[in-house]
Amino acid sequence: MTAPHNGNGRLVVEDNENLSFSVNRKVFVSDDVLEAEHRKIFDHCWIYVGHASELKQPNDFRTRNVAGRPVIFCRDRQGAVRALINSCRHRGALVCREREGNARQFYCIYHGWSYNTDGSLKGIPGDDAYPPGFDKQSKGLVPVPRLEHYKDFYFASFDKNAPDLATYLAGAKDYIDLVVDQSPSGRMEIISGVQEYDIKANWKLLVENSVDDYHLVTTHSTWLNYMRNSGVNITPAKGHMLPTKGFGKDLGNGHLTTDNPNYRGRPVAKWISVYGEEAKADIDAIRKELVERLGEARAARVADTNRNLCIFPNLVINDGSSVTVRNFFPVAPGHMKVVAWALGPVEETEAQRARRLHAFLTFYGPGGFATPDDVAALELAQQGFAAYREVPWSDLSRGMGSSQEQLATDEGHLRVFWRKWSELVEARP
Amino acid sequence: MNAPVAPGAVTRAEVEDFLYQEADLLDRWKLDDWLALLTDEASYYVPPNDKPDGDHRYTLFTVADDIVRLRERIIRLKDPNCHAEFPPSRTRRMISNVRITGMDGELILVEANFAIFRHRRNEPVREFVGRYRHKLKRTDDGLKIHERRAILDAEELGPMGSVSFLL
Repeated sequence: MTAPHNGNGRLVVEDNENLSFSVNRKVFVSDDVLEAEHRKIFDHCWIYVGHASELKQPNDFRTRNVAGRPVIFCRDRQGAVRALINSCRHRGALVCREREGNARQFYCIYHGWSYNTDGSLKGIPGDDAYPPGFDKQSKGLVPVPRLEHYKDFYFASFDKNAPDLATYLAGAKDYIDLVVDQSPSGRMEIISGVQEYDIKANWKLLVENSVDDYHLVTTHSTWLNYMRNSGVNITPAKGHMLPTKGFGKDLGNGHLTTDNPNYRGRPVAKWISVYGEEAKADIDAIRKELVERLGEARAARVADTNRNLCIFPNLVINDGSSVTVRNFFPVAPGHMKVVAWALGPVEETEAQRARRLHAFLTFYGPGGFATPDDVAALELAQQGFAAYREVPWSDLSRGMGSSQEQLATDEGHLRVFWRKWSELVEARP
Repeated sequence: MNAPVAPGAVTRAEVEDFLYQEADLLDRWKLDDWLALLTDEASYYVPPNDKPDGDHRYTLFTVADDIVRLRERIIRLKDPNCHAEFPPSRTRRMISNVRITGMDGELILVEANFAIFRHRRNEPVREFVGRYRHKLKRTDDGLKIHERRAILDAEELGPMGSVSFLL
C-alpha cells in the first residue's frame, strides 16, 4: 500500500521510510481548504503584483487582483511605484475601473470622492457637512501593507510582519537573475497583450503542471510532432524521457524550478530551425553580446538552459521557448483565473521581438500548441476529484529513494511545493 | 491603403456564400478542405482581448499563425492526441453583418460578425462572439482567404478558456 488509508487527518503525507508521498484530493475540492489557503497563504506570502515596465510614465496605472483584493498598481506623480487598495474610503466602490491607463486622479463615481495617484485624498464634494474632527488627511486610499520588488518584479504582502522580499525569495533570486541577464542593460519588459483565461480546476494543479516534465511526452505529443516536423531534434536522451536530461530543484521557502539543457530553441540565444535560416546570424550576434558581457560560462548558463520557475505560491516564470510570466489565483476550489504575459529584453529589435512572440505562441497560451492540452488535463483531473472520498489520495512519490539528483521528470520539486503548502496550511495555528 | 471596390468586382452574395461554406467546413471538421480555401501565404490571427487592434509583431496575441504554422495546427487538430479537441468539439458558427469594406490592392476587405457556440461533454457551452476582418483573394479556383483576423469582443477569454479550435 503506497498511500495511507488515512493520513491521521493530515492532507499531505510524506513517508520517507516507505517512500511514499500522498496528497489528499480534498485539497482540490474543499471550500474549507480554500478558505484556509486564503488566510494562511495568500494573506501572508509575497504575492506578485506586476512589473515596473508596465508603468512607464508618472500616473500610469494597471488594475489587478492581488490575493483576492482589487489593487491599483501605479506610478504616482513623482514616479514612485505604488499598490493601492482599489476601494473608496467613503463607501467602498472601486475608484478605478479601467484595465490600464494614465490618470491624474482616481475618482469614485458614487459620491465623487477623488484621490491623487499617490493615494492621498484630493477632494470630497460638500465636505462642509462632515463633523468637526473629520480628518481628511487620513482618508487616502489604503496602500497594500508591504510592497517590494526584486529586479522590477513587484510583490505585495498583506502581512505587515512578513520577512523582506529578498529573504522570502531565497534561491529563486538566482533564477530571476538568469532571466534578467538576457537583457544587455538588465532591463526586461512586459510586452503588450495579456492572456487571461479561466481553468475549471484547482489553482494548485497549475503549480504542479507548470514544472512537471513527466507529462510532456504524453500531454504534448502534438507539440513534439510540430517541433519534429519543423526540423528540431526531439529524440529522447539515452535512458531518459525527454531530449535532454534536466533536473528539478528546491530553491527554499517553497520555491522550485526545473533546470533543463535546452533543445527547443531560445530567443536568447539558441537557434532552431523554426526560427528560419535568416535568423541564424542575428541569434549568433545576441549570443556574442552575452558572452562578451557575462563570460562564456555564464552566457551558456543563461542561453542553453530552460527553467520553469515557481515562486510560491502562485507566480510562474517559464523561461523556455520564450519567457512567460504567469500569475493565477483561485475563485473557487475548482476554478482558477490565469493571467499571462510575455517578457523580453527592452533592447530587442523589431525582428527579435517578433521572433520571441512567434516562439511564445508555438507552445504557450490559450491558443498555443501545448497549453490547451494542459488545461484539458487539469480539468479532467478536477472532474476525477469528484470521487475524492472513494479515491482520496494523489501520488507524488516519483523519484523518491533515488540516489541521483531529482530529475525534472521526477516529482521531487513538486513535493517542495506541497511541503511548504502543508507547513502553512496544516501546521499554522 | 483601402480603395473602394470597383463596380462588379465582387458581390456581397458571393462573399456570403464563401463565408458560409468555410464556416460549414469548420463546423464539420473538414479541416483539409478548409485549408484548401486558403492562399499559400495565408495568415490567421486572434488578437489578445485587451489589444484587439494590436500588431502581432509587437503584441502578444492569442494566435498569430503564418501558413506554415497554420498547416501544423491542422495536423495537430486532426491528431487524437490533441487532447483539448479530442473528441472534436461540436461547434456551430453564425456569420452575419457581412460587409465588403474596400480593396487593398487585389485583396478584397471583408468584415463580418460571428457567434460560435462550442459544446463538449461535461462542459458548459462556451460562446465565442466577435468580428472577422478578412482579406480575400480572387483566384482561378474562386475566392480564397489570404488573411483571417478573428477579434473577440469579450474583455478577457475568461470562461472561453482555450482557443483550441479554429475561430
